[in-house]
Amino acid sequence: MKCTVCREPALIDLRRHNAAFCGEHHSRFCRDQVQRAIDDFDMFAPDARVLVAVSGGKDSLALWHLLKALGYDAHGLYLGLGIGEYSDASRDHVLAFTDAHDVPLVEIDLLDTFGYDIPTGAQASRRTPCSACGLSKRHLFDSAALDGGFDVLATGHNLDDEAAVLFGNVLHWQTEYLARQQPVLPAGAGFPRKVKPLVRLSEREMAAYCIINGIDYQVDECPMSAGNRHLAYKEALNGIESRSPGSKADFYFGFLRSAADVFQTATDDGSEPVPCETCGAPCSGGRCAFCRLVERAGGEPTMVRVDAPTRRSDQGGPT
Amino acid sequence: MIVRLRNPERQIEAPGPALVSVVLERLGIDREGVLVIRNGTIVPGDTRLEDDDEIEIRPVISGGAG
Ligand code: SF4
Ligand SMILES: [Zn+2]
Ligand SMILES: [Zn+2]
Repeated sequence: MKCTVCREPALIDLRRHNAAFCGEHHSRFCRDQVQRAIDDFDMFAPDARVLVAVSGGKDSLALWHLLKALGYDAHGLYLGLGIGEYSDASRDHVLAFTDAHDVPLVEIDLLDTFGYDIPTGAQASRRTPCSACGLSKRHLFDSAALDGGFDVLATGHNLDDEAAVLFGNVLHWQTEYLARQQPVLPAGAGFPRKVKPLVRLSEREMAAYCIINGIDYQVDECPMSAGNRHLAYKEALNGIESRSPGSKADFYFGFLRSAADVFQTATDDGSEPVPCETCGAPCSGGRCAFCRLVERAGGEPTMVRVDAPTRRSDQGGPT
Repeated sequence: MIVRLRNPERQIEAPGPALVSVVLERLGIDREGVLVIRNGTIVPGDTRLEDDDEIEIRPVISGGAG
């Protein structure tokens, strides 16, 4: 197998693009796809200050690396979840990356700052670990982006993630989630602009990007993710992709092109959220779900925000 | 050849020589969900693996680390 561009031996074949690439041209392909997503969906300007939520996994580290390579001012945000050895190892991967690439990192540790970690928080609030984790991430990513004055919050969701979430939302007709499944969510009062620059790239392409570029990422899975539905949807979609390359991209981009609008208008009930009494984050009244979680887990709700809120609901599921 | 598998971490023996695609097929592994790595480098499906090779079949589907 030879590289489609230079005819040198190829490392990876991308059947949905009818192409195969050597290391150099695979990296170029990934940069082009990210730039195209940023341009096509009007994600952010060339001089934007971007906060990248990094977990130590392949997608978020690849995203950070790609944004730097494309010349963007990309800062990392790492949230210490306190999930035992898994979290220790993921932090090591993030710190190794920042050392190697000399890039700025914002770190928030749940236990140090709020007095709980994901296992205790989940138990105290009677949520599943992924639900407590997702809630904490959404809240703290938002506040870190706003407090740090960043133009945009970028996450490492790739094509497989988005196709799998879409698949689950369609399977169960979660119309409210379908309405929000966009590669860009605009800023509102109380919310930063959020973007997913990897939507044009698959998980396999991202893992290859990391290996080719010497990015040592966390391969081991979060112990809380075992048996979740999201993984089953990914496997189902990959089964289809193997037989019919390009299916995942058709499914996801076809939805954005032809169907997403329908759900947006259908689920807009016009209700306005109000600021959380404790932290000021947008919520449906009283205290926000994050502050209630912190309180039940025996910690201190902090970080008062003054911004007026707008509406945005949970997305659910592991990340 | 020695095949290292992840999540959970384990090692198995597979007969060689064989093409990467054949090794995956024999193990019932969907190529869309993995990369095969030998000596730190990705090897594509049409690569011939020798019996004394050591490879890693690395899953690329994540449900948690994203
Ligand atoms: S699988 Fe993801 S969402 Fe669930 S606990 Fe682990 S890191 Fe958090
Ligand atoms: Zn090439
Ligand atoms: Zn609050």
